[in-house]
Amino acid sequence: MHEMALTESIVEIALEEARKQGARKVTRVFLDVGALSAVDPEALEFCFAAVASGTAAEGARLEIARIAGAGWCLDCEENVPLAERFGACPRCGRCRVRMTNGDELKIREMEID
Amino acid sequence: MCSVCGCGEATIALDNDKAGEAPAHAHAHDHPHDHDHLHDHPHDHDHRHHEDGAIDFGGGIAGAHVPGLSQERIVRIERDILSKNDAYARDNRRFFAERGVFALNFVSSPGSGKTSLLVRTIEALEGRMAVAVIEGDQQTSNDAERIRAAGAPAVQINTGKGCHLDAHMVGHALETLAPPAGSALFIENVGNLVCPAAFDLGEAHKVVVFSVAEGEDKPLKYPDMFAAADLLLLNKSDLLPHLDFDVGACLANALRVNPRLQTLIVSAKTGEGLAAFVAWIEASAARRAADMARG
Repeated sequence: MHEMALTESIVEIALEEARKQGARKVTRVFLDVGALSAVDPEALEFCFAAVASGTAAEGARLEIARIAGAGWCLDCEENVPLAERFGACPRCGRCRVRMTNGDELKIREMEID
Repeated sequence: MCSVCGCGEATIALDNDKAGEAPAHAHAHDHPHDHDHLHDHPHDHDHRHHEDGAIDFGGGIAGAHVPGLSQERIVRIERDILSKNDAYARDNRRFFAERGVFALNFVSSPGSGKTSLLVRTIEALEGRMAVAVIEGDQQTSNDAERIRAAGAPAVQINTGKGCHLDAHMVGHALETLAPPAGSALFIENVGNLVCPAAFDLGEAHKVVVFSVAEGEDKPLKYPDMFAAADLLLLNKSDLLPHLDFDVGACLANALRVNPRLQTLIVSAKTGEGLAAFVAWIEASAARRAADMARG
């Protein structure tokens, strides 16, 4: 359910930037959504059409880049892929991994007309 | 901004108001909010920044600038989706700092005993520290009434369909509640172990309440909340003799997710651990006040 609140925030930020740019329309919005963030991209897409309806972002495409999870293993002293938040290091099996990528929740850019 | 907080659905019930009546929602919206672009994060610059903030990747989709022709442009934004909420949270945090209000955001799944725990804590703090409460629920003002009966002023926020409180709702509740200087403010979030983790309300600490009637592996199943919290209150300890709940395994799971998490075992029923929680509140509030004084 909180994807709805996030989507409203996305549309609001996009419209605010579009106004600043003097744009007529927002045609595409590019998001970075980390694979380990507690956000479901499909739910975002579902909500986006509804929230953007009737605004300058109506009909805009939502392009979601999934950012893979990664972390710094304190024991191996290197970057390792992370399949789950607070998961173990795939090399040494220990859990001393500090997440460095994968919890992104960001509007990267948008296409305006 | 109302759309973010679900305004039109969310209602803030004043003292003696009954939830469910017409939502009193006259938003003056004359309070200033910072919406500045910090842009202090590094990113690769393989493109040109224009002075107006637009960034040009080779002239746009059509590949050329033709006067008089509509030109789709890519605009670099680089803003966190939660930046709107975070701006309101900063306003709330400034309000708390200026007044010396120590704000705690209580989060948990439904039924962990948050309200009972708050009632007992308010009673324990009587004569030591003033307490005001913001209650978040989808519907009813039952919880605010329980808090008022315990002797603390309370404002109920009904989120309607919303699954969490956000900083904007809390800002409006603060206008009504006006917590006195030097007081503690308890914000009881909507019972939900997922969504409230993402929304900063401007609090000093998130306190996650977790009952022994739940599974010990919940910190692993719902790690975000345990990662976001500074204190874990393991509640309903009076039930332990009747359950197979493994306290050690539960705390180990919570610490795996958040090695800095502090933990207390409490019972709102018997009062076990409440003295320790009160001591934690007083010590944390004093430390926070000292940090603020140092700037």
